[in-house]
Amino acid sequence: MWKLFQSIIIILKIFAKTSFSSEVEYRLNAFVELISVIGNLLGSIFILSLFYSSGSTLGGWEWNSSIVVLGIYIFLEGFIISLLQPSLTSLVKHVQNGTLDFILLKPMDTQFYLSSRSISPWGLPSIIGGFSLIIWGISLGSYNPTLIDLMMFLSTIVSSFIILYSLWFIIATTSIWFVKVWNATEVLRATLVAGRYPVSAYPSILRFLFTVILPITFLTTVPAQSVLGMSSISMTLSSLFLASIFFSISRIFWSFALRFYTSASS
Amino acid sequence: MSNKYSLRLRKFILAARAILIAQYSLMIEYRAEIVLWALSGLLPLIMLALWQESQSSISSIFSRDNLSRYFISAFIVRQFTAVWVMVTFEEDTIEGRMAPYLLQPIAPFWRYYLSHIAEQISRIPIVILMLIILILFSPNLFWMPGLKDVVMGLIAIYLAFSVRFMLHWNFSMLCFWTERSSSVERLLMIPYLFLSGLLAPIDSFPAFIKSFALFTPFPYILYYPSKIIAGLEVNTLSVLMTLLFWLTLFTCTGRLLWHFGLKRYSAMGS
Repeated sequence: MWKLFQSIIIILKIFAKTSFSSEVEYRLNAFVELISVIGNLLGSIFILSLFYSSGSTLGGWEWNSSIVVLGIYIFLEGFIISLLQPSLTSLVKHVQNGTLDFILLKPMDTQFYLSSRSISPWGLPSIIGGFSLIIWGISLGSYNPTLIDLMMFLSTIVSSFIILYSLWFIIATTSIWFVKVWNATEVLRATLVAGRYPVSAYPSILRFLFTVILPITFLTTVPAQSVLGMSSISMTLSSLFLASIFFSISRIFWSFALRFYTSASS
Repeated sequence: MSNKYSLRLRKFILAARAILIAQYSLMIEYRAEIVLWALSGLLPLIMLALWQESQSSISSIFSRDNLSRYFISAFIVRQFTAVWVMVTFEEDTIEGRMAPYLLQPIAPFWRYYLSHIAEQISRIPIVILMLIILILFSPNLFWMPGLKDVVMGLIAIYLAFSVRFMLHWNFSMLCFWTERSSSVERLLMIPYLFLSGLLAPIDSFPAFIKSFALFTPFPYILYYPSKIIAGLEVNTLSVLMTLLFWLTLFTCTGRLLWHFGLKRYSAMGS
C-alpha cells in the first residue's frame, strides 16, 4: 500500500514537472492570465456590489458571505484551469488521434493517467485570488470560524473538487462515442457560472434544479456555509456522500465506455 | 476599367457564395455542437433570474417586464454575436493551413467571416426552440416586439457582430508575431463580460463606470442592441452610427495589421 502511494507521488511529480516546463515556454500566457484574473476579480466584486446597492441583500446573504461564495467560485475556476481543462482536452485529443491505444497499454490506471498527465500552472492566479477573497470575506464579517468549521470547510471543498472532476470526466468520457466534446465542457462551465452567487438568491425552481439535478449548491454555497458557521455535520456528510457517488459513476462510466473504444485509424 | 472592377466583383461574389454554402453544410454537420454552443449562452437568463429576485436599486430603474425583456433580448443578441475567430485563426496558422488559404481566389478574411455567418444561420432554429421552451416554462416572459424594433434590432445585431468580429480579428493578427495568441481571447472576454451589459444593464452602474464603459465598444456590442429589441428607450440612430464608427476603425486597423503581419508569415511545417 505504502509503496503504491510512493509511486503515485513520484509519478505526479514527474507529470507536474514536464507539463510545467512545456508551459513556461509561453510567457505571454502568464502575463495574460495574471491580468485577466485581476480583471475578473474586480469585475465580479463590482457586479456583486450592484446587488447590494440600496441596502438590499442577495438571497438573504450578507455582503461578506457573498464574497466568500465568490471566492470559492474563483478558487474552483483556478482548479478547472490547472487540472481539469488540460488533462481532459488531452483525453479528447488522444481519442481523436488514436493515441489512446498507447495509454491503455501502460501499466497504470488509465483514468489516473489521463486525469493527472497534464497540469497547467495558469490556474494558480485564480487559486490565489479566490483564496484571498475567501479570507477577505471571512475577515469582513464578525464570525470567527472554529476548528470544526474549518474541518467541515475542508471536507466540503474537497467534495466539490471531486464532484467537479467527476462531472468533467464523465463528459470527457463521452468522447469515445462523440469525437468533439469539449464544447460540452463549455456548457458545463457556463452552467456552473450560477455558482458565483449563493443558491438562495435564485427563484425556487432554479434552486431545486441546482441542488437536485446539477449539484451547484454543493460546489460553492455549502463550503461557504460551513466556513461561516451556517452549516451542519449532516450537510457536510451529504456533500461527501454525493462526491463519492459522482466519483464512482465517473469510474464505472469510463470502464463502460472503454468497451466501445475502437482505435481511430484501424 | 469599370469592366475590370465588375468582373472582380463578380468573381468575389461567386467565391464568397461558394464559401458560404460550403461552410453552411459544414456547420450542419456539426449541429450537435452548435446546440451545445447555444446552450452555453444561457448566462443572461441566469442573470435575469437573479435580478428578478433582487430588491436592489435596479428595480427602481427597470420595471419587472422591462428587465425580463432586456435580458431575453440580451440572450438573443449574445447568441448571434458569438465570435471564435481567434481560436480557428491560431489553429490554421500553427498547423500550416493558412498557406493554401492564401492561394485561394478570395482573401482568408472572408473564409472566417462567412463561416461565422453560416454558423449563425444554422443557429436560428436552435435559438427559436430555446425561446419557445423558455416561454412555455414561464409564459409571462412573452412579449410581442414591434416591427420597427425587430428590424432596427436585426441591423444592430449584424453591426454588433461585425464590430466584435473585427475586434477579435485585430487581435488574431498577433498570431503572426507570437504563438498562442488565443490566450488573449480570455483577456478580451473580461471587458466584454463586465462592460457589455451581459451581467447587469449599464443603467445600474455608478455614473463614472458607466461613462467609462460608453467610451469602449463593448456596450454597443450587447447593451444597446438588446435595448433596441426590447423596445426600451434608446437613440437608435446614434447607436447605429457609433457601431459604424467602431466598425470602420477596426476594419482599418485590421487591414494594416494583416498587411504587416503577412510579411512576417512563413508557413509552418513546410
